[in-house]
Amino acid sequence: MDSLPESVDALAAGLRAAGYLPGGSTALVAYLATRLDKPVLVEGPAGVGKTELAKALASYLGRDLVRLQCYEGLDEAKALYEWNYRKQLLRIQAEADGAGWAEVQDDIFGEEFLLARPLLAAISAKTPVVLLIDEIDKTDQEFEAMLLELLSDFQITIPELGAVAASSQPVVVLTSNNSRELTEALKRRCLYLWLDYPSIEHELAIVRLHAPALPETVARKLVEMVAMVRELDLKKPPSIAESIDWARALLLLGRSDIDAATFNETMSVIVKHRTDIELVAERVGLALQ
Amino acid sequence: MNLDQQLLGLGDQLRAEGVAIGTSELLDAFAALGEVDWRERASFQQALAATLAKSPEDRRVFDLVFERFFFRASEAAAIEAGIREGGEGAGPGERAGAQADAAAGRIDLEELRGQIARALAAGDEARLRDLARLALAAIGRASDGSNVVGIDVQRIRRVLGLRSDPQPEYPDGDPRREGLPREALRRFEAMLRRELERAQIERTRELPPSRPLGDLDRALPSGPAADLAAVHRVVAQLRRRLASTGMERRGSDRHDHVDIRATMRASLQTGGVPVVVKYRPRRPRRPEIYVLCDVSTSVTSASVFFLSVLHALHDSFRRMRSFVFIERISEVTDTFARQRSFKAISDAISTDAGVADVSGYTDYGRVWSEFRALVEDELHPRATVIVLGDARTNGRDPRADIFATIAARAGRTFWLNPEPRLYWNYGDSVIDAYAQWCTVFECWTTRQLEDFVRALSGSAPR
Repeated sequence: MDSLPESVDALAAGLRAAGYLPGGSTALVAYLATRLDKPVLVEGPAGVGKTELAKALASYLGRDLVRLQCYEGLDEAKALYEWNYRKQLLRIQAEADGAGWAEVQDDIFGEEFLLARPLLAAISAKTPVVLLIDEIDKTDQEFEAMLLELLSDFQITIPELGAVAASSQPVVVLTSNNSRELTEALKRRCLYLWLDYPSIEHELAIVRLHAPALPETVARKLVEMVAMVRELDLKKPPSIAESIDWARALLLLGRSDIDAATFNETMSVIVKHRTDIELVAERVGLALQ
Repeated sequence: MNLDQQLLGLGDQLRAEGVAIGTSELLDAFAALGEVDWRERASFQQALAATLAKSPEDRRVFDLVFERFFFRASEAAAIEAGIREGGEGAGPGERAGAQADAAAGRIDLEELRGQIARALAAGDEARLRDLARLALAAIGRASDGSNVVGIDVQRIRRVLGLRSDPQPEYPDGDPRREGLPREALRRFEAMLRRELERAQIERTRELPPSRPLGDLDRALPSGPAADLAAVHRVVAQLRRRLASTGMERRGSDRHDHVDIRATMRASLQTGGVPVVVKYRPRRPRRPEIYVLCDVSTSVTSASVFFLSVLHALHDSFRRMRSFVFIERISEVTDTFARQRSFKAISDAISTDAGVADVSGYTDYGRVWSEFRALVEDELHPRATVIVLGDARTNGRDPRADIFATIAARAGRTFWLNPEPRLYWNYGDSVIDAYAQWCTVFECWTTRQLEDFVRALSGSAPR
């Protein structure tokens, strides 16, 4: 499908068909993003499906997903574009004699010698894409500032070439784990979506979707226990992905109920710190006996 | 008033509450409304929220302001149009209210209590709304209301016997036996408040003056363990900020200062011509921090918050000693150094810090003298002393004189008071006795904490 969604409900249904169950305002904000050509900033704790949302959007819209994983020290050479020095050098050597300075200079700063990195690739793609800028909070503020031009005008200025305008309008999704306050300037250009851990019913539906063979009663118990574990003060609370993993693990092991023994054996699927494991074993393990 | 003006009005109110909204946000909001079915309340609110409120805190403020704004707007419209409840224009909800009024005489209070408790446990929103009106009819109008909405809400809640702690006197199966869900109770109170306000507006036929959101409305959730995660998230941000602030240099600070003496001395080698310019060495600021944290019962709700602040400070500052106190003082630096888990730390402190003596009431005088004895030799002008406490002495001698000597020896002294400024110096609070020797901050929301952090890392002496 190449056209934009007609209504919020259509988009919600589409996301559901792509294996993503949108909750609360997710579908509405995603819909607004596609209609208003605004980037969406998705914030929330780790593992509530921020990245999945972008993937599901891409698959629903039938577009390619261009992903830029952010990390500390990410710079424009890796995010925007880079000159292909080797090729430039070859070009110069090949024409060493004969060609004038001006010609060669004009020549080697052409699009032919440009290596497109994710951001440039996203806006210069022939068909529109979904651009995912993952974990933007991991980068530094300078990088954020660099994104502003792209996010508001969908263009990138390359000093040697001038502004490169988008040839197609990407849907942009930025995710953040809220580990750092993002700048006002960035937020101003985005729609904002806060994703939190889902309600029990919602998570149950998600687990059932991804592990359909698990009996409903077991799935419900599993989801309730995960919710209980999240209540504790853990270093890393279990994410939705880990609930699904746990459901699949139970299926593989052929368990039809979560009792104390099963819980202790498989707990490491959802809890991944030694201190956390002790705490969970103490609190939840007791509740099971 | 048309929708445009209403939206601009909403934007103004949000700005007044400190949500940063520019013209571009408002334009986005209008554009967003053009795309969704805004006759539906949920999508209207969500479309506005996505474009106007861009952080979890802003979102909270937004929901509160949104609710208040449109409540007032619709009430204003109702007054203008002269609509009264029970009249011609009443919707289904209004009719229920009218019935409730009629039925008020016959309501069995005990039955009503049970119904509300069950609805609370089930989380049935619509039913709760009806029950709120019913409760108001049964209780609110029978006795004379105080006309102060907050007091009336609490009074009604008491009469209804709604409590979040378990009440074992009820039989099995009654939700009250286990205690009612706190969140639902809070929502029910909000509904009561709404209804009371509506009744008041109807009586006086005018809107009460709008008041800004109290800090209480958006304060940190201060319940025990459940909200710990929320506090922690905030403190994690704070930790990052603490780690990075104070390192960068701003303005004239960025420049190196020429060390004239050293330059002159070096110039002797070149016949008095200063070829090599010597700079003063940069001394990284290394704050030495002493933190005293009150853990007595009068600050129970704040002490979790304070302990997490302490926890975060410990992560960021190497040279730091921390103490907890009630009647006497106890050093917990090692506990923090040994333990990483916040849970373990707070357990350790509550079980074996040995700070409570007999009464369990804070004794500031004794705390100061013990603290002075402990650190007297180490205090010097580059040290910072931070006290986290409510300055409630329980009638004991505040001994501000000892505190003054401590403050005089330390470079800077801060006091973080977890009580709203309104309560300061009220009852046994003696914060003013100490305030002359230190800088006092009101600190019970994260925003206030951030103000403090700015002061801490901004104007440090070197």
